[in-house]
Amino acid sequence: MRQPTDDQVDILIGQVLRGGVLLSSAVTFLGLALFLMHHSSATPNYATFHSINGSLRHLGQLFPDAIHGNPLAIIQVGILLLIATPVARVAFLVGAFALERDRLYVGVSGLVLLVLLYSIIFAK
Amino acid sequence: MNQLFFSLVIFGGSLFAGLLGSLTGLGGGVVLVPMLALLFKVDLHYAIGASLISVIATSSGSAAAYVREGYSNIRIGMFLEIATTLGAIAGAWLATRTPTRGIAIVFGLVLLYSVYLSLHGHDDATVPRNKWSDRLKMNGKFPGPGGKDQTYAVKNIPGGFATMFGAGTLSGLLGIGSGAVKVLAMDHIMRIPFKVSTTTSNFMIGVTAAASAGIYLRRGYIDPTLAAPVMIGVLIGSLAGAKVLVRSNVKSLRLIFSAVIFFLAAEMIYNGIAGKV
Repeated sequence: MRQPTDDQVDILIGQVLRGGVLLSSAVTFLGLALFLMHHSSATPNYATFHSINGSLRHLGQLFPDAIHGNPLAIIQVGILLLIATPVARVAFLVGAFALERDRLYVGVSGLVLLVLLYSIIFAK
Repeated sequence: MNQLFFSLVIFGGSLFAGLLGSLTGLGGGVVLVPMLALLFKVDLHYAIGASLISVIATSSGSAAAYVREGYSNIRIGMFLEIATTLGAIAGAWLATRTPTRGIAIVFGLVLLYSVYLSLHGHDDATVPRNKWSDRLKMNGKFPGPGGKDQTYAVKNIPGGFATMFGAGTLSGLLGIGSGAVKVLAMDHIMRIPFKVSTTTSNFMIGVTAAASAGIYLRRGYIDPTLAAPVMIGVLIGSLAGAKVLVRSNVKSLRLIFSAVIFFLAAEMIYNGIAGKV
């Protein structure tokens, strides 16, 4: 397989980042718009901390809820997509370094990817 | 105040915070968190959660533009991200164990230091090639004045790595990109040229924030109705700020905004000490 140049990798990374930000902003905006259509006159309370509703914190529950049209779940999916964007960038670089046969940096970026996945899935 | 009105006000404020953060080069979070906490009386945990999300959006959104200019060094960034992501997990862990007042005081101090660093000059003396810079393939080049490529190497990698761990911890604890500390590690400690340091730092900020944002999300610190207008507002504000930066010389603007941020920092420290947050 042909080795990609650093410039080609840079441009592709730029597109991954831009695409991720656009997609997640669009999903988040959709969720917010839906929420405001139904709850525009509610009184918000952010002054006291009460850790938000359990199902909105559970990653496995978010997607089914979002598909059923729950506006808050849709926003959280948008936020999750945003968090996934830099993770995708790192995963992408693991592949790019592998194609460049740069073992050292396959290891370095692989390690960063593991730390990220650990923090998003397991860390408390 | 009803939800629609509140969302609009938060959106407007976040737009302003993104603009200010981008013009001062300090990032949207440093204005956003004090604004939400002091002005809108939002609980500091929610403010930090929403800010982290906006930090990822700004970093990822603007990195796409920087990458094309050829300044950022992906290998240096990736290597140091080992330190910042581990630091970010430590910071998120500390966030549950530090009282809100303590977080406010640390936030103010970091803010003061960031303003100081951003106004402080930097010298662009490069260091000669050396064993570890070669081994870790961190040498690089960037387009210098007159179209001639300038080469550079890196020194004191352990010192930079340790400082980056600290930058990650502050990011996870305070919900900011802590770009100033990242630039400190690269520019002052590792002696990487300033332009390369700032663009590489911008690149790293999103990855660092992602490491603690996942933890905040599952902990319930990210309120969707607050995070959504914040994220969209800061993103638009900072992209607009980047456009202004290209077009005009903003040295005097920078001074004025630095004064605003100095005031915010003092407010955070005062409120922390007085126990009002």
